[in-house]
Parts: sequence; C-alpha cells; structure tokens
Amino acid sequence: MAKPFTPKVVTANALLEGDVIYQTATGWTRKLEEAEVLTDEAVADVRLIDAIQQADLTVGAYLADVDTSTDTPKPSHFREAFRAKGPSNYTHGKQEVQ
Amino acid sequence: MYSYTEFDDAFIAERNAQFRAQVERRIDGSLTEDEFKPLRLMNGLYLQLHAYMLRVAIPYGTLSSRQMHKLADIAAKWDKGYGHFTTRQNIQYNWPQLRDVPDMLDALAEVNMHAIQTSGNTIRNVTADHFAGAAADEIADPRPVAELIRQWSTDHPEFQFLPRKFKVAVSGAPHDRAVIKAHDIGLQIVEKGGEIGYQVIVGGGLGRTPMIGKVLYDFVSSEDLLPTLEAIVSVYNLLGRRDNKYKARIKITVHENGIDDIRARVDARYALIRPQFTGVDQQMLSRIEADFASPTFKTAPTDAYTAAYDSDPVFKSWADTNLTDHRDPSYAIVSISLKAHGKTPGDATAEQMHRMAELAAEYGHDELRISHEQNVILPHVHRGDLPALHAALKEVGLATANIGLISDIIACPGMDYCALATARSIPIAQEIATRFDELKLEHDVGPLKIKISGCINACGHHHVGHIGILGLDRAGVENYQITLGGDGTENAAIGERAGPGFSADDIIPAIERLVKGYLDLRSDAGETFLQTYRRLGLAPFKAVLYPEAQANAA
Repeated sequence: MAKPFTPKVVTANALLEGDVIYQTATGWTRKLEEAEVLTDEAVADVRLIDAIQQADLTVGAYLADVDTSTDTPKPSHFREAFRAKGPSNYTHGKQEVQ
Repeated sequence: MYSYTEFDDAFIAERNAQFRAQVERRIDGSLTEDEFKPLRLMNGLYLQLHAYMLRVAIPYGTLSSRQMHKLADIAAKWDKGYGHFTTRQNIQYNWPQLRDVPDMLDALAEVNMHAIQTSGNTIRNVTADHFAGAAADEIADPRPVAELIRQWSTDHPEFQFLPRKFKVAVSGAPHDRAVIKAHDIGLQIVEKGGEIGYQVIVGGGLGRTPMIGKVLYDFVSSEDLLPTLEAIVSVYNLLGRRDNKYKARIKITVHENGIDDIRARVDARYALIRPQFTGVDQQMLSRIEADFASPTFKTAPTDAYTAAYDSDPVFKSWADTNLTDHRDPSYAIVSISLKAHGKTPGDATAEQMHRMAELAAEYGHDELRISHEQNVILPHVHRGDLPALHAALKEVGLATANIGLISDIIACPGMDYCALATARSIPIAQEIATRFDELKLEHDVGPLKIKISGCINACGHHHVGHIGILGLDRAGVENYQITLGGDGTENAAIGERAGPGFSADDIIPAIERLVKGYLDLRSDAGETFLQTYRRLGLAPFKAVLYPEAQANAA
C-alpha cells in the first residue's frame, strides 16, 4: 500500500541570492510560516511543476515535509530546520534579518 | 612564487568574460538551471543550503601577502566579512550573490587566482605539503612540480569529463603532511643515486569506500612524470566506471582491476604517448623552479626568542606547539591556528586575513600557506622576530597554542552550509574544543588529531583521524559514529569503527570518556593516543566508550 501523503510545502533557492524560498498561493516568501501547506498529493505535484517552471526565480524546487500540528507550518526534519533558520555557528542567513 | 604569464592572464580573462556572459544569460532566462549548472561548477560556484558558495583554488596552498589581502577584500566586499579555509587548501566564500560572482572572479584574476576546476569531474587543485620549501626534512620543494601539474591539468582537453573528480597531492619530504596516500594520485619526491624522482601512488581516497593508495611505480624520473600522469589519467578515463557514481573514483578502478592490471595498462598507454612529450615540459619546469627560488635568509641574533621563551610562559606554550623546525636553524615555521577554542575551524575574518598578510610581509618573506588541516602557515620567520610576531597575532585572536592538539580539529562545513551533509560538524568541533579548554587537559593529552565529517563523503578526513567522527542522519536525528586509529601520514591507516553512534548531546561526553580513558591506558606521558591505540587495539577504548555494554556483559 502506498504511504499516506503527508503535508508539504514547495521550497527552492532564489536564483539571485541563493536564499531559501517557499511557495505561497500567489508567489514566493522567504519565511516558512507564510508558505502554502499542501495536503493533497495531486495538487502538490502541480504546484511543484509550477515552481520548477519559474526558472528565472528559482533553483532546485522540491517538496519538503512540514509539521502542521500548530497554526503555522514548521520543519519536520532538521535539515529543513537549518534551511529555515541559517547556520548554527553565526547568526547569518534568515536568523540575521528576523 | 609563480606569476602568471601573458598567456595565463589572457586565458583567465577570457574564461571570466565567458562566465560573466553565462551569468547574464542565466539571469535573463536564456539559460535554464540544467544548462547553467555545469558552467557555474566549472568556475567553482556551488549552490548550498542557504546561499551560493564560491570555492577559490589556492594552488598547493601557497599565497603571497598581496593575494591574502585580496582574499580579505573579497570577504569584506562580497561576503559576510570572513572566508573559510578548507581541507583541500582552498578558500570558500559562503554568501556570494550570483550577480557579484563575475566581479569576484575578476578581483581574483588581479592577483593571479581563479576558481577553475575547483568542482566537477576534472583534475582538481593540486595540493602539497604546507611546509614546502621550509621543512628541515625536505628532499625537494614539491611546489614547482605541483605548478607544472596544475598547468598541464588546467583545461586539459582530454580530462574535462572524467568519470569522477580527481585529486593529486605532492610531498617533498619523507614525513607526509599532505595525506598523499588518500589521493587519487599521490606523489612522493624521492632521491635515487643523486637523482630526484617521484614515487607514484594511485587509488587512495576517503569517502564511502576508504582506500589507502598503492604504489604504482617506485621511481619515475622528472622527464617521465607528466607522460606517466597522463597515461594514468587516460587509463582511468576509459576504464573508470561511469555507471555508478559511488564506484567511479580511481580507487575503485584500482581495487576492481588490481594494481598489476592497472600498471600494465598504464605502461602500454605510456609507450604510446611518450614520444609526444618532447621535453618542453622540462623547460617549463626549470622556469617554474626559478620562480620558487628560496628567499634570502637573514643573519641576525636570536636572543629575543630565547629571552621570551625563558620569561613568558604564554609565548613558550605557543612556541612549543605552533613552531616547526626550519631547514635554517635560525628560522622557524610558524603555524597560525585558525582553531581558537569555540570558533569555527578554518574561518578567518577579513581583518585577520589582512593582519596575517601584513605580518607575512613584515616577518615572513611575504609568504603564507594554507594547510589541509585548515590553519595558516608563515613558512619562513626568523627566530628573533617570533616574540614580536606572537604579540601581533595575540591582538587579533590568532595566537592559540594548539597545533596538533585535541582542539586543532579538522571539520567540514557540514549541515550548517553543505547541501550534501547529513549532520552538522562545526558545532561538534566547537564543543569539543571548548570542553577540553575548560578541562585544561589538552597539553597533557598531547598530539591527537580529531577529524569530523558531516557526511560519508569525508571532506573532514574522519577516516584518517586518530579519532574520527562521522555525522549521519539516523531516522531524522543527527547521529555521530566514532572511528579510532586512523592516520594520514606516511604510515597511513583507515580508522576502525568503534561501535554504535552517539546523539549530538552524547558525542561530547563520549569523546571526553575516550580521552580520559587514554590517559589511564597510556604507558607513560610520552605515549601518544595513536601509539597507545596501536599497542592495545580497539577493545580497551571500546570499553570506556560503552560502559553500559560492559556493565551488561558483566
């Protein structure tokens, strides 16, 4: 039996800065909490194709699992947590501007 | 030092202009990422977790003051004010923006530097002993031949699409400080009957299948070296596996076919291509050797050194750990530690880079080296100047006295930056260094190399660490495996896995148990960790690492 589909967001890196970005219903955001959460596999596949086609904005789009047990999506794997925050040895990256 | 010829300048300028146009075409949408990616990788530009990363080659780890100043300028202008020195003697900038990279490459070209072949399935930056030209135990300076190999391999038309990346390292001394046995090709300069030649080692490598290189030829003369290298890479180019990325390195080719089969193929290829090498390479090598002529060492009193050594315990401690014998007894080789306790291994701020460049100009015949152990070397400092140099280094946080000790840790960038990583490396290194600084144990412990990789690709050389730490993702949690007894020198050995891994919280106490266990196990204060391990084997170390297992078995 196929594994049940778990909630996901579309994420990529921005072409010009390389910064981590997330897809919203209308465009892109730099903040995971503002991302559009996808709970339907067919919809998620279409949204990912849409993201990949925006080659002038994005690099390497993929679907990342998120934890939706609270109001806003949170990373469910530590790799995504680092992408959403920045490195742990300096307050660089996203944590710098927040 | 080697300076670019008109040909070199024109070549780099043309490559940079091409890349500038490629970046423009990527941004205006004419190139897709699939089309652009191989082009950017050819120029050292990666996309990592949070940003682009530009990897700049520092050929055989040698820099002039002017080049170091430029690296600092680039860090300040286009990055976040620092650079990261790597285990391949390169420097990486972690935060460049795509539009700025062509300007960064032009800035590098001003000081004869570039980022070509720092990525991709090509012959990468040639590395060498970081004490080259200075070490007391050296047979010959490895840098001229490393430069010759760099020129031969750069843009070599036959070797731009090898089965996998290809790394060459050269040592000019019998004591291997360049880990040559863990390279695709390792070259050891040897002397036979007054003639300088090369022992050629192939098929070493770390990564998921660690292998110690095997001797292909005991002695290859200088004029036969390039044709031999060309024959080896040529055989590998055809025979190396392209069906499986994990079996594509030459170490697997050598392992699967056997060293004798490889030698027969290389001999046959060599016979075919040897006539093409008409001696031009030897003329070039002579010119390059002139560029690496020894500095003129001064004659001056060393009283200031003796006085400081006898009166200043901080200077004495630094001198005892951070100095190495120079071939001129009134000089010393200075290792500047980029491993201040709690800081990121291999990182230097723009200010520190500028200061090191100034100090190299003032006290070090204008030369700096980057070691694969992620430190900076001033290879030629007169002993009389050491107290003043030490005082100046202290002012910018660069006088940490820990070279070769437990806090002088190699760590790859790990999951703090790298897209391939499976766990973090840097915080583990920071915590181990901080912990042993608190314990005030590291000078008692003595020589001990800890090397940490954040994934199986082993950029942190964990396999050849006396204590190796490998970070993995185990069911969505960072997990750290320990290997023991590795060695990256001429007695190269792959570390042995100690047992089950530890969580990020448990790995620091585990290392502490291990090191305290060693202090109990060693025969006397002079027996190093590695010697104790070799005498006793894994079992007693395993017992201190896994006390619960011992208790359960009892």
